[in-house]
This record gives sequence, C-alpha cells and structure tokens, in this order.
Amino acid sequence: MYQTTYHRASSVDEAASLFGKASEAKFLAGGQTLLPVMKQRLASPSDVVDLSKIKELIGVEASGDTLTIKAATPHYDVATSDTAKKAIPALAYLASLIGDPAVRYRGTIGGSIANNDPAADYPAALLALGATVKTNKRSIPAQDFFKGLFTTALEDGEIITAVSFPVPAKAGYSKMRHPASRFALTAVFVAQTKSGEVCVAATGASQSGVMRVGAIEAALKANWSPSALDSISIPASGLLADIHGSAEYRANLVKVMAQRAVTAAG
Amino acid sequence: MGVEGIGARVVRKEDKRFITGKGRYVDDIKLLGMTHAHFIRSPHAHAKVKAIDSSAALKMPGVVAVLTGQQLVDDKVGNLICGWAITSKDGSPMKMGAWPAMAPETVRFVGQAVAVVIADSKNLARDAAEAVVVDYEELPAVADVHAAIKAGAPQLHPEAPGNQVYDWVIGDEGATDAAFAKAANVVKLDVTNNRLAPNAMEPRAAIADYDAAEEHFTLYTTSQNPHVARLVLSAFYNIAPEHKLRVIAPDVGGGFGSKIFIYPEEMVALWASKKVGRPVKWTGDRTEAFLTDAHGRDHVTHAEMAFDANNKITGLKVKTYANFGAYMSLFSSSVPTYLYATLLSGQYNIPAIHAEVVGVYTNTTPVDAYRGAGRPEASYLIERLMETAARQLKVDPAQLRRSNFITQFPHQTPVIMAYDTGDFNASLDAAMKAIDYAGFAARKAQAKSQGKLRGIGVSCYIEACGIAPSKAVGSLGAGVGLWESAEVRVNPVGTIEILTGSHSHGQGHETTFCQLVADRLGVPISQVSIVHGDTDKVQFGMGTYGSRSAAVGLTAILKAMEKMESKAKKIAAHALEASEADIVIENGEFKVTGTDKAIALPMVALAAYTAHNLPDGMEPGLKESAFYDPSNFTFPAGTYICELEVDPGTGKTSFVNFVAADDFGRLINPMIVEGQVHGGLVQGIGQALLEHAIYDANGQPVTASFMDYAMPRADDVPSFNLSHTTTLCPGNPLGIKGCGEAGAIGASAAVINAITDAIGKNNLEMPATPDRVWRTIHAA
Repeated sequence: MYQTTYHRASSVDEAASLFGKASEAKFLAGGQTLLPVMKQRLASPSDVVDLSKIKELIGVEASGDTLTIKAATPHYDVATSDTAKKAIPALAYLASLIGDPAVRYRGTIGGSIANNDPAADYPAALLALGATVKTNKRSIPAQDFFKGLFTTALEDGEIITAVSFPVPAKAGYSKMRHPASRFALTAVFVAQTKSGEVCVAATGASQSGVMRVGAIEAALKANWSPSALDSISIPASGLLADIHGSAEYRANLVKVMAQRAVTAAG
Repeated sequence: MGVEGIGARVVRKEDKRFITGKGRYVDDIKLLGMTHAHFIRSPHAHAKVKAIDSSAALKMPGVVAVLTGQQLVDDKVGNLICGWAITSKDGSPMKMGAWPAMAPETVRFVGQAVAVVIADSKNLARDAAEAVVVDYEELPAVADVHAAIKAGAPQLHPEAPGNQVYDWVIGDEGATDAAFAKAANVVKLDVTNNRLAPNAMEPRAAIADYDAAEEHFTLYTTSQNPHVARLVLSAFYNIAPEHKLRVIAPDVGGGFGSKIFIYPEEMVALWASKKVGRPVKWTGDRTEAFLTDAHGRDHVTHAEMAFDANNKITGLKVKTYANFGAYMSLFSSSVPTYLYATLLSGQYNIPAIHAEVVGVYTNTTPVDAYRGAGRPEASYLIERLMETAARQLKVDPAQLRRSNFITQFPHQTPVIMAYDTGDFNASLDAAMKAIDYAGFAARKAQAKSQGKLRGIGVSCYIEACGIAPSKAVGSLGAGVGLWESAEVRVNPVGTIEILTGSHSHGQGHETTFCQLVADRLGVPISQVSIVHGDTDKVQFGMGTYGSRSAAVGLTAILKAMEKMESKAKKIAAHALEASEADIVIENGEFKVTGTDKAIALPMVALAAYTAHNLPDGMEPGLKESAFYDPSNFTFPAGTYICELEVDPGTGKTSFVNFVAADDFGRLINPMIVEGQVHGGLVQGIGQALLEHAIYDANGQPVTASFMDYAMPRADDVPSFNLSHTTTLCPGNPLGIKGCGEAGAIGASAAVINAITDAIGKNNLEMPATPDRVWRTIHAA
C-alpha cells in the first residue's frame, strides 16, 4: 500500500508531463523533507518525479545586477559558489548554515522554498532581497510566493526553475540555530537595496511563517546601524513557542539577530 | 611496558572492521526462513486495551501471525522483573506493578507493546500492523513526579497505592538533625536532574531462532551482558532452561546502560520463534528507541548542607523524588538508592548525612541506569551545593572544596561507602593549573569589555565503580553477584585466546585486554584474541557496566593468566632442567634467569599438548580459568573545570576551555581512556546544555525524534584538556579504578556552575538552553 513509482526526469517538460500523468505525484528534489515523511508513512505518493538530475535546473549565474540560482542547486554549491559569494555574500553564508553537511549536499533551494517550512533559511533571503521565483509557467515575486506555513503560490504540478535575486547594496544574515534540528530557531535577513530601500525578513519566529518586520525596516531606513534598533521591542504575540524557545525569547531574537545581521552587512 | 603492554597507546584492533563497515551487528545477521516482527504500540500514555482485532491483518500477504499479550499470559510467560530488592523505611518491600512483555489489559506509557505482527518481511509486517485494530479506552495519565504523588492523581498499579514504589532512607537522621541545629550556616538548593534518552548509535535488535529438534533457542541480541540476559530469560520468564538457550551479543553499537536490561522485545521474539516455527527478527527504529529504551536520571531533589563557623561541612540532608516511569526496569530500583545516595559524601568529610528517596510511578517510559547511574545525580547535587555554598558564604569555590576534602584514607563515609584511596588536592591542583584559575578574574574583565559574560565552574566528582563485591551488593538487595570470569587458552601453536564475561560495545576490550597479555608474556597482541559475547563460548560473566570491565574483568584475566603462567613455568623448568623458581618470562620466552637458556612460548604450549614429556603427574593442556570477586568498589575521582562565555543577547553558551584532571588509577591504554573521557564529557555537557526527554502533562512524549531531542554534536563541545593524577587502587592487583563513566558524572555540574557564575544567578535548571539562560539573566 506504500508502493511508489520513481521517475528520473531529464527535462522540466518531461517532469511536468510525468507529473500530469500520475494519479498522486510528488516532485522530489533533495528529498530532505519528502523522503523522511514517506519513511514515516505520512505521505504515500503514487509517483515520485525526481528533478535533481535535470541539468537545466542546476547552477549559479550572475548577470548585471541579478544573481540567479537554479532550483535544483544544492545548498553546498551555493555556499561555495564564487559567483554567489561575490554577488551576495550574505546569501552564500546563509546556505552554509543550513542543516548539516549531509543536508547541504542534498537539499536544494527549490525544495526549500516549495516546502516553505516556517523555520527554513532561504525564505528569509528571498523575502528580504525581493527575489523573483521563476517557474515553468510564470514569475512570482517573493512577497506573493510565501502564503503561510508550508503553503506557497505554486499550483499543482508547477515546477520552480530558478530564483533570481537583485544584488543589494548591503545584506546580512544572522541565525540562532535550533539546537536539535538546526533549522532557524529564529534568523533574520536584512537588506538595503541600491536605491536605499530596507527590507527585513525573519524566519523561525512567526506562527505564519517567514515575515517582514516593519518596525525594524523603518528604524534601519532612518539609521542603518545596530544601535538604531536598541529601543525597539518586538511583540511576542503571534510568534512560535516550543520547548526550545518561548515566544518572548523569539521576539528578543528577532531584534538581536537583526542587529547582528546589520553588523554583518556592514 | 613494551610497545603493546600496559600503558601503551595501542591503536584499537577492532576499529579496522568498524570503520571499514565490516562490523557484524545483530541487524546484519540473516537466518534461513527468517520472519520479521513489528510491534503494535500504544499511542496512549494510559489506557485499557478493550479488544484487538487482527482478522484483516491475518489475511494480508506474507503475514505469519499476530500475537497478543493475552497469548503470553495463556502460555505462562513471566512478567519482566526488577533484580534489586529495596526495602522502604517502614520495612515493607518495594511495590512492584506487574509488567507483561505485551499488555493484555492496560497500557501505561506511550510505546508500550500490545501485540506483534510476524511476517515474511519487515515492510509486510509493518503494513499488516496498520490493519490491526486496537480498541483502547483512555484513562487519565500522569507524567510528573509531584503530580503523581498528589491525592487524587491517576493510579498506575493496584499494587502501589499513591504511585509510590518505595520510600527509602539512608544515614543517621538524629545525628544529621543535631548537626543542623548547631550549624552556623545552612545552604539550601532545589535541583532537577533532567530525564535523558540514551540514544546508542545502534538501536536495539533481536533475532530468536528456535530449533525444534533440540528444543533449543538461540538469541542474537544487542546486550551489554548476554549471560545475565540468559539467566533472567531462563529463571524468570519460562522461555527455556539455561542449557537450552544460547545468547549471543555480537558487535554492539553502544549501550550506555540501556542495553543491560531485559526488554519485552527479545522475550517476545524468543517466544514467537517457537510459536511460528521460524526465526524471528526485530530491529528497533529510532522512534522505538526513544519510546522504549530505558531512560536515565529524572530526579527532583531538595537538599540542605550545614556548615560550622569555619566553613566546614557538618551535615547534609537530601530528599529526592525519583521518577521510575511506568514499570520497574531490571536494575532501576538500585539507581537512586545504592548507586546515588551512597555517593552523597562526594569528596568531602561530612560527619552526618541523611537521605530519603521516594520512588514514583508515572505514565512514562521506564527509567534505569544510564552512563553513571545515580552517581551523576549525586555528583551534580553535591557540586551545585558546594558552588551555592561558596557564593552564600562568600569564599572561593575551589578553596571551600579544598578545606573540606577527605585527606586520610581509607575513609568511611556515613553512607556505606569506604573510600580506599585518593588525592583530591592533586586533581584539583592539576585542573586549576591547567585552566589558569588564578588568571580568571582578568579574563572575566576582558570578556566583559567585549559584552560577554564569562564564568568558571568547578566540579570535584567521585564515583563508586568496578561494581563490585558480590557479598556487599547481595546484602544490599542485589539479585546477582558482581564478580567476573575469565579463561586463558594457550593453543598448541602458542597463540592465545582470552575468554571474558565482560562485553565490549565500544570500550575497546579487544585491544586493552590483549595489552595485559602482551605485558606479561611479551608476545605481540596480534597473537592474542579476545572472545566475548556468546554464552556457548564463555562459561559465565556479568557483563559490562559501572566502569567494571578493567577493574573486575581484566583482573579476572590476570588471575587466570597467573595460573596459566605457573603451569607453563613448570613445563619450561622441566624442559630446561632448571628450577621453576628460576624461570622468568620475557619477550615470549621462558628463560632461566641469569643464563642464556630459554624455551619459546609455542614450544612450551606444544609440550603441554603433546604431553610427551611433562612433569610427573601434570595434566596435559594449557588452559586456565578464574572467577574474580573484588573486595571493594573502586573510587575514580577528579576535578573538572569549565570556563565559558554567555552571550547576554541570546543566552547562548560558548566554551572557552574545559579541563579534566582524573584519577583512574593505572591506565592500560591512555588513548582509549581519553576516548572514554571525551565521550563521557560530551554526554555530561549534553545533559547540561541540550538533552531533555520531555513529556506533556498527559504523558505524551514531546521529544521522540532528533528533530526535537537535542543530541550534542562535535561543534557543540570544546576540545578537552585532559590530564591524570594517579593513586593506584589498592583493591585490585593492577591498581585500576575505571574510566567509563567519569566524564558523564562530573561534567554537568562544572558547566552549570560556570554558567551561573557568568550570569550571577544561582538558580538554573538543566538543560541550560539559550532561552532558559536568557530568561534567567533577565528575570527580576
């Protein structure tokens, strides 16, 4: 009753076609969420369509003021990419903090954002940097892509092909690791665009998933320095609480991680 | 000592097969016709089992049988036992709730088995298990000790009113009260010793193989003590008489105590293999490990320490509630009593001690010995108290300890233990020097200028190991003796097999034990092999736990070696026409001292087996055995000092330095000892900062996977600075004290003392998570 049929797609079109023909298919990228869930028998797709070997989905490219990471690029590749480190060092740094080495060799940016775990790292970067999610059907701005816990704007069968990031003037990421899972207990990505706009996104904190932090954005827009946030108090309401961190603690972390991200951004 | 003798840093013989993937664990074993077991486990913490409908499952492909707890009852399979009888202060025996291997009527913790599916493959068994319908009637549950002893709390066992297992006392209450009445200062402390999940790398597993022709069972299992497993399975569970049951513990991937005990799964596998007429294999997964491997610790304690005007300790009062979970596991009763309260004197001269321990049932996984077993709880309590006292009395914590150290040996404590030897000043001095204790104040000020809170924490631990004299533990209620056996077989070609009742599940016996032989005979360790873990090969043994393998197991080998050497010398003397008294053993040869006359060991061995020219009346062969029963526990002790920084913004702890100065007596292989200390320290640090097996108020486990239960990883811990000060143990001829548990016993107090020093607040519970530390810093 838990049998599944594995397909290794060689192109995005083939993957979409395989998905369409199956009764209850799932796309597989790095398998860091889907495979454990299948092992626990909490998911039992009829077909698994593997995207991770599709060549057109792997790679990191910079062009003008845009850094593009293709969807099936593993975190390790991003963390060690000279192109990524040159264009948006904070993004390469973020990738180096995801999970552990085994996760980073397998997990992909596309899989991370499609799953939209409320404590995943990449959604904070996409939101703060104003990234665009490219799919086989359309382009979706990050602010419209993330729709709450484990929910995105993706339609059934839609395949993420790449994420493009406008290169910011400054960006920084600071993460308090969850001691067991190594997701973000709370982490904050801060970015200042070349036109001076400030965008701040926190992950691991909100019950609704990745979130913008308006109060911090306003303070940093007025004064891009850690001390600009000294008097800010983040409300604990609506924040996650579990055995590793109370809502009050996470509220504190939103501010402290933002200050450290600003320091890191310079 | 020679390059491979006692004291040499010999690379572990067993590691070649482990690191090349050639270890042979239970799950690697496949028998012809083998079936696979999948247990159906309760999702409820407390419930009546009203009905089990397996009709649909039995029709599924590959399903051989679905067996339930009622069938165990029908077949008169015994309940699980607790092997150490504890008597309450009112003279009554401990209250034992019946623990059937699968519950026929009532489940009392999440994960308790109610039935088992036997099928042709693991996945078919798992599929069929989903088709078994168990009708439960949920009952109110209780997980917390204080809630469990309240009037009106849900009751677990009719045999144990008020959920109380026992109310046990030790020490002189009158003398202790008198000391407190005269005290110049009293220091009080409440501490919780957090519940831990042992998490050996290899989950538990069992393969049972019933041979109908011989009416004989073979059990392959992940055991730290296969002979004890056979004894218990035979004597108490009606599985098979001992001569019809062979227990084999092959390579075992870690135990930490959790693989001492007899669990339901191996019992059921044995019983089921006879019922279905085929071998039955069960391999636990990680979730089952979290739910069913005996947990460790879980104490709630109030303690008070009395001091005179000169800051000398005059008395100690302790009251501890020990959470045993839903049932009494094999040695659980001894852990918070004779393995805990007997160590409450620590390294200190305390004239009067009184301790009371209340054992409590709750709807949680059973709790039993976990690395250190009672001694970490005692050491943590005493060392937190000493630190608290130093702060309250405004004296240097190291100096307060030093001024109360026991310095004369032997020393009889007021709580049974008689310490044989030690030099507590030496280990404290070594640790203080290693960490530059004198320079700490300047480093703290420097850290403060960078916004960091720096702290230093001392922990002076002592433990009772090498368990232990059979007569003594018998008088305290143990159901077994705690000696060890050994056999030395010199083969006709001169190679040597050492059979030991100890069991290695990571400790390195295959190397360490060979080093004794190399040391005595001067032969390379490649000519020696260690045989263990099979009741058909080794006559008997008590297994490995309580840091006893070297102090007790290796001493048994020494005793057998002495017998073998004595006979070999007689043969050599006969062959060399010399006096036996003139024969010395060097470099694998028996020499006539002061001459160049010699005969090599293989020639002596060959002579023993050809028996063509032996001394008159001598039996052929060269094989000797010994049982060794120590005269006392051993008492490893030492000082750990931890220096760390706390980030006030996040509450996160970062280690600056961690020094350990241990006195383990004689070291056989310092490299292996260091590995043991590293592992123990990491487990102690894990308890202090990360690990906690949590239940909600209804008895649902919150931390049943590595996504929630925080195991220490390499980057969570510092590089350790280890050193040794040595006083030889007078209780065994090799002077060994044991090193397996020390790190886990001493480390947690050092860490918590350092954090509380850093943040300037004394009350902080383990694990000191960043959230907890941050809230403590910012608490009013």
